[in-house]
Parts: sequence; C-alpha cells; structure tokens
Amino acid sequence: MNKSVIVIGGGIAGMEASAYLSAMGFNVTLFEKDEKLGGHLLNWERLFPTKRLGSEVLTFLKKGMDEKINVHTKTNITKINAENGKYFVTNHNDEIFEADALLITTGYDLFDARRKEEYGYGIYDNVITSAELETMFLSGKPIVNKQGKVPKRIGFVHCVGSRDRKVGNVYCSKVCCVTAVKQATEIREHLPDCETYCFYMDLRMYGAKFEELYNEAQEKYGVTFIRGRLSEANETIDGSLLVKVEDTLVGRPLKMTVDLLVLMVGFEPSKGTKDIAKILNLNTNSNGFIEVADEHTLTNVTNLKGVFVAGTTTSPRTITNTINDARAAAAEIACYLNLYTIQSRNN
Amino acid sequence: MELTGKQNIWKDYQKEIANDKYFYVRSCVRQNFFPGSETTFLRILKDELHKDIYEHPCHTTCTGIAYHGDVVPFDTAMTVIARQFALMTEAGYENLVPSCVTSFGLYSEVLETWHHFPEVLARVREHLRKATGREFNIPKNVAHASDVIFKFRNEIVQKAKYKLINTATGKPLKVVEHIGCHYSKMFPAKGVGGAEFPYVLIGMVEEWGGEVIDYPERRHCCGFGFRQYLVQANRGYSIGCSHKKFESMEPYEPDMIITNCPGCPMFLDKWQYAISELTGKTYGKNGQGIPVFTYEEVAGLVLGYDPWDIGLQVHQVSCEPILDKMGIKYDPATKYLGKNGKYLGVPEKPLVLKD
Amino acid sequence: MADFGYIIQEDRQINYDANDRTLFYFLKRVEPSISLCIGCGTCSATCTAGQFTQFDLHKIMLYVRRGEKVHIANEIKKCMLCGKCSLACPKGINTRNIIFQTRKFLHSNK
Ligand SMILES: Cc1cc2nc3c(=O)[nH]c(=O)nc-3n(C[C@H](O)[C@H](O)[C@H](O)COP(=O)(O)OP(=O)(O)OC[C@H]3O[C@@H](n4cnc5c(N)ncnc54)[C@H](O)[C@@H]3O)c2cc1C
Ligand code: SF4
Ligand code: SF4
Ligand code: SF4
Repeated sequence: MNKSVIVIGGGIAGMEASAYLSAMGFNVTLFEKDEKLGGHLLNWERLFPTKRLGSEVLTFLKKGMDEKINVHTKTNITKINAENGKYFVTNHNDEIFEADALLITTGYDLFDARRKEEYGYGIYDNVITSAELETMFLSGKPIVNKQGKVPKRIGFVHCVGSRDRKVGNVYCSKVCCVTAVKQATEIREHLPDCETYCFYMDLRMYGAKFEELYNEAQEKYGVTFIRGRLSEANETIDGSLLVKVEDTLVGRPLKMTVDLLVLMVGFEPSKGTKDIAKILNLNTNSNGFIEVADEHTLTNVTNLKGVFVAGTTTSPRTITNTINDARAAAAEIACYLNLYTIQSRNN
Repeated sequence: MELTGKQNIWKDYQKEIANDKYFYVRSCVRQNFFPGSETTFLRILKDELHKDIYEHPCHTTCTGIAYHGDVVPFDTAMTVIARQFALMTEAGYENLVPSCVTSFGLYSEVLETWHHFPEVLARVREHLRKATGREFNIPKNVAHASDVIFKFRNEIVQKAKYKLINTATGKPLKVVEHIGCHYSKMFPAKGVGGAEFPYVLIGMVEEWGGEVIDYPERRHCCGFGFRQYLVQANRGYSIGCSHKKFESMEPYEPDMIITNCPGCPMFLDKWQYAISELTGKTYGKNGQGIPVFTYEEVAGLVLGYDPWDIGLQVHQVSCEPILDKMGIKYDPATKYLGKNGKYLGVPEKPLVLKD
Repeated sequence: MADFGYIIQEDRQINYDANDRTLFYFLKRVEPSISLCIGCGTCSATCTAGQFTQFDLHKIMLYVRRGEKVHIANEIKKCMLCGKCSLACPKGINTRNIIFQTRKFLHSNK
C-alpha cells in the first residue's frame, strides 16, 4: 500500500505540498479549518512584485490539486497520537485518520493592530490595516474613507507589530515593506490626485524585482518615503489623522494630517500553528513559530520524526518562498517515506 | 471615533484600588496652586463616603520636584519615601494614596526598582534604619487620589446636586481631560485605562454627565517639566507646550478642562493668562479663557459644595462661566472671603483675559 | 504686549500641511531625477562645500521635498557647482542641475 501523508492547513504551502506529494504517489489528506483552500492568498487582490492577480496564483495551485487528494475543509483537529511510527489524527467529529508522516502548514495570523494603542486602530475611523486595504481593492468599490470622502492623502506605517520588542515581536515580517510600496502605487493608480507617504524604519527590498518596484514608486508614482516610525496618530475634528513622526534623515520631528492611515501589520504564528505545536509537542522558537531542526540545512524538519513543516508556519515569508518551501517539504517527506539514503544526513 | 475600541483598551488596564483605610500623602505644591482641592478630597472621603483616611502630621515631600529637577539623587528620594512608608506602617495603614501625580509616579518608580533589585531595597532599609531607626512595610496598594475618586464616581453621582450639563441647553458640557504625564506614561499598567487612552478622568466626566473631547494634542505634556519651568529662560518652551494644546483643542470649543496632576491645572490655567498677555489670544468665548479644574474641585461642584469653599477664587481663568452653565448658585460677594470670612483681597484684572 | 522675559516658543516640527512645496514640484518638472533620491548621503560625503561648511546636499534634497524654504535659501549659495555630487550619486541624479534650478527658482520667486 502507498504511504500516506496528512497535511494540516490548506493555504499556499499546504496546497502546493499536497499537489507535489500526490503527484509523487503518496496518499494525501489535507485538513483545512476554513471553508475554502488558499489561506491568506484569498484576501489579496494583486501581488507584489509584479501586480498580477492573486486569483491567478490560486488557480495555479488548484490545478495541482488532483482528485486523489482527500480534502477536508471546515475541519478542526482535536487530537494527534503517535504509535509505531504512525500518526493518528482525530478531527472534531471524532473521526480518526492515519498517516505515515505529517506536514504542518497552518501558517500565520496578522498582528492585531489594536495592540499598538498609540495608532488608535479600532478607535479612530480612518485607521485601517494593509489587509483591509486589500479587501477594499478586491471589492472593486471606490476607495473612500469612513466619512465617504475620497482621500487626498494616505499614509502607510511600516513595521506595525514587527521589529517591536514591546509587543514581543523582534523579527521582521519581510513582506510588509514591499506590500506598502505596492499598495501606495496602486492607490496612485486608483486615485491619481491622492498623495501617498510611507513611514518606514528601513526599506527591506530584498527580493527579486522589489527594488525595481521601489524605484518605480518614486519615479513613476511619486510616492514619498519618510524614514521614521510614528509615535502616535490622533484623530482631528474632521476625522483625518494627525501623525507625528521623526523625519530621521532630516533630523527633525514632522507632523502632517492624512485622510487614511494604513497600518502594515506583521505576521504572528497563527492560532492553528500554536495549537498544533501544543498538541504535538513541537518545539517553537523564540518568536513562537515552529522551530526547524537546522536553520540552514533542515528547514522543513522538526523535533519530531515524521512531522514536517512548510511555509509561514516557521517564519514570515513571501508567496514565492512559501511555494518553494512547500516543494522542498514534499521532497523532504518523500525522502523520509521512501527511506532514501540521503535521509541519513538528517540524523 | 469608535467608543468600543477605547472601552476594549480600558478593559485591559484595570487596576486594583483599595476600598477603605487610606494613608494620604499630600502634594507639596497643590496647597498653593489649588488650595481647596486636597481638603475637598478629604471632605468627600470622610463626609460623603465615610472612609477611614489618615494623614500623618510628620509626613514630608516625596522629593519628586527636587528629584525631577536633578537636585535630589535617587537614593535620597528612595530613603525619604521609605520614611513615608515607615510612618504608614507605624500608623497601621497599608493603602497609600498620594495626592500628587508626580509622587504617584515616583512611588511607582521606587517600588518597581525595589521589586526588580531587592538589593537596593535592602540598602534603603539600612539607610533609613541608620538615619531614623525606623522600619517599614511595602504598601499593599498604591492608588493615586484620582483613582480613588474614580472608584467612587458612581457614589458621588448618587449624591450629586449638579451635573456636568449645560442647564440652559440640556446638553453635556464639553470637557477636555488632561492626565499628568507621571500618572501612567512611565508605568501604563498602573493607570486606569493605561497611557494612550487613560480612563480615570473620562470615567468621572461621563459618570457626572459631561462629554469628553479627544483632540489631536491630547497626549501632549502640559509643559511643566521641572527645571523647564523653574528656569525663567526656559519658560518659552514650557508655555509652548500648553500653547500647542490650546491651539489643538480650540476648534472643539471646550467648556472646561479637568486634570489630575498638581502641575497641569496650574499651567493650563496660568498660561492662558500669559498667552493672552503675550499674543492677545484667548481660547474661551467672549475673551474669556477655558476654566481649568482639578478633579476634586469638579467632584466638589457636582456635590454642591460652595465654589469659594473649594478654592475656585484663586483660579486665573474665572470659573463663573461653568458655574452659570451648571446652574450652580453662588454669591459673588463672598468670592474673595477666605475661611471665617477673612477678606483675601481682589487680584488685579488682566489686560486681555476677561472674567 | 507684555514682557515676561520669555516668549512662546514655536515647536520645531516640520509642519508638512502648512509648508509650501512649489519648489519641489518645479524641480520635479525640470529635473525629474530628483524623485529618485534615497537619502544615502554619498553626495554629502564627497561635497566640496560640505567639507568646509554646514552645507549638506542630501538634507537639502529633503528640505526641498518637505517645503522648508528658508533653510534652502540660506544654504544653497555655498555650493561651488563642482559637480562631484552628480558623479558620486548611485541613483544618477543630476544634483548639479537641481542646484542650478533651485537657485533659478529662488531668484525668480524673490
Ligand atoms: C497584507 C499582505 C499582503 C501580502 N501580499 C503578498 C504578495 O503580494 N506577494 C507575496 O508573495 N506575498 C504576499 N503576502 C504574504 C503571503 O500572504 C504569505 O506568503 C502566504 O499567505 C503564506 O502562505 P501559508 O500557506 O504559509 O500560510 P496561510 O496563508 O496563513 O495559510 C495557512 C492555512 O492554514 C489554515 N489553518 C490554520 N490553522 C489550522 C488548523 N489548526 N487546522 C486546519 N487548518 C488550519 C488556515 O486557515 C490557512 O488556510 C502578503 C501578506 C500580507 C500580510
Ligand atoms: S518588511 Fe519592512 S515593514 Fe515589514 S517588518 Fe520588515 S522592515 Fe518592517
Ligand atoms: S556641485 Fe555643489 S553640492 Fe555638488 S559636490 Fe560640488 S559643491 Fe557639493
Ligand atoms: S547621493 Fe544621490 S541618492 Fe544619495 S543622497 Fe545624494 S542625491 Fe540622494
């Protein structure tokens, strides 16, 4: 009988790894807690760095999901037992599924911006998150603020909930700089008269074509970049926001009002990731993501034999890197289940 | 603005405030700045709420002003504070209630220091023992006096004679609340509502019928600082801070300002005079200022205390507009009569700021 | 007005809403490469004037963007127009022309 793999979490990583594992001949069962597969990708209209549609990537991922894969959506995992090198996964209906290996792709949650109290998210009408701006883009409706006015000036605040010891997240979320640049240019496409400002600490334009997008943002779209982190935002009498920031390159504090303030919320290990780690006793790293066995060489391997990880379950990353990681995990699992000798390196 | 968002934050910052048996420590400046406030606090606690509140005749300054003015080193401050605790311990009390926000901040700072560095606590115990022969217990509860009024805001409204409502229009008075920086900026968890959206004064204002204004420079310091005000040449930036706040609150047309710190009402009140003399500008209606009150004074007004008993005649900005709006009866003829009818003298009229 | 021995100090915040950025919009039109500045400071590091005076080209570029006109007018004359900054700039910004044009603008908008 073919060996079997259970994949928990049907986002990009879960879908792509399932597709590869199934193509390699393994019996794959995929559990997803939500109604639809796709994870966060379902919420993004256009993707950096190319601005192609997110739905195109989703279509690609779906094409890889052959009919042999057992997909269980709206499924919660309640228990996982290990016995004689096999894993037994119990769902919320107390049905038990058996597998020779597990792949955890439960991903990330967005940082809850209310925790950065000084920005007044959840209080001030026109403070929104980057994810909410994507929802606006997706809706196809005109971009307006809470008062129904077309914004004349929009600010993007980088690193909200990332690189911030105080909220407990010291790491960089890696995708928010480039997302801010992408969104600022999209705003200029939607609303050519709307000024856009990015308030950043460092611009982390590390990926292929990221720097080009940044150059384009400056040259073609006239996005203004101000290096400095907001100390606070306050609502003014007309519902716009007065932001205070140190213009660190000038060396002076700066204040301006914006009609809409977009918080570039960072990544945190998802609740599902934390739950599964607890159920299985998986090691987590100091940031709360699942710890990999070796940061350079064993990035899909965990402290438990037969349990693997992929995607943003282990750290923030882009779609490109998530897809690569999923395929790498599939290869790693195949080596493990087929007892390829290369596996012996892992011990 | 979404009120539920603020309410969620307020839920996260609730602190324990003792219910009774308070050891009260005074502010060293408030009795000059706003002489009725502390007596009003004691009157409310004793006569209205029937609480046991005790003041030790031998207690002193906490050294807060000198400490923040770089005159007194931290070790001295800690030892003076240890002595206050010793007086409290000797008197059999455990719940400390400082009148001053800077004291409250300094007590919090000292207690946090001792919590994290027990060796410092041991050293201070030793200092106090050597200097005075006294021993002390660490207070069980430290609440700023405004926390205590906050806790009993509902009991106060039960007995209210007046509300923070404009009796002519029936509308709530528009109130700017200003929290002393040392109340929660250093230790957000020690303030009701935290540091970004402190609730302590809002809770009182709303309970007593008023409506709070949230204006862009709400979180800005009043500009007191310590040496900044004390040195004349530096006052330009002290007053600059208050000026920034007034400019920012002006469009909301506030009826009054309520504060919980010794310095803030002093500066928000007196700088309105200085600004009017320096620039000709005033921030109230008809050339008047925006009346500024301490929370005890506001509680006193709500409870129907005579405005002159609670010390409102020493305010720079006249309080009468608020008294009139709230429908409070007062006798203009007795305004400048102090205790036992003693004539206090009438202050000179400012050139610009109107009564 | 009264003299209390102090004045009401203005804050030193750049008041972006109040500032006049016409110079920047002018420069963007006549020398679009100005948009590309990343504030790296290479120009300032090499600048002849900057070695001997407080003149700081990368800051001037920012002051232009923020509309801090007074500062620019005071500083811009110190440039010797040697062109080393343009040579050094990794973004290929024609900094020398920016200075020319700024002077021209300030002259005609006196
Ligand atoms: C605002 C924003 C915009 C972005 N835009 C881009 C972009 O333009 N280009 C780009 O390359 N990247 C972008 N990203 C990054 C991208 O979203 C991630 O790289 C990608 O979503 C990671 O996929 P994932 O499968 O690892 O995790 P997720 O998308 O989080 O998927 C995890 C899945 O697991 C499920 N799950 C969780 N717990 C359980 C459980 N216990 N049981 C069952 N199922 C569970 C979840 O429901 C979810 O479906 C953006 C990120 C943000 C925040
Ligand atoms: S990618 Fe940019 S915005 Fe996001 S955490 Fe890193 S530095 Fe901050
Ligand atoms: S041209 Fe002017 S700004 Fe450029 S390097 Fe020479 S002196 Fe400096
Ligand atoms: S060298 Fe070029 S990019 Fe760098 S600060 Fe100077 S003008 Fe800007």
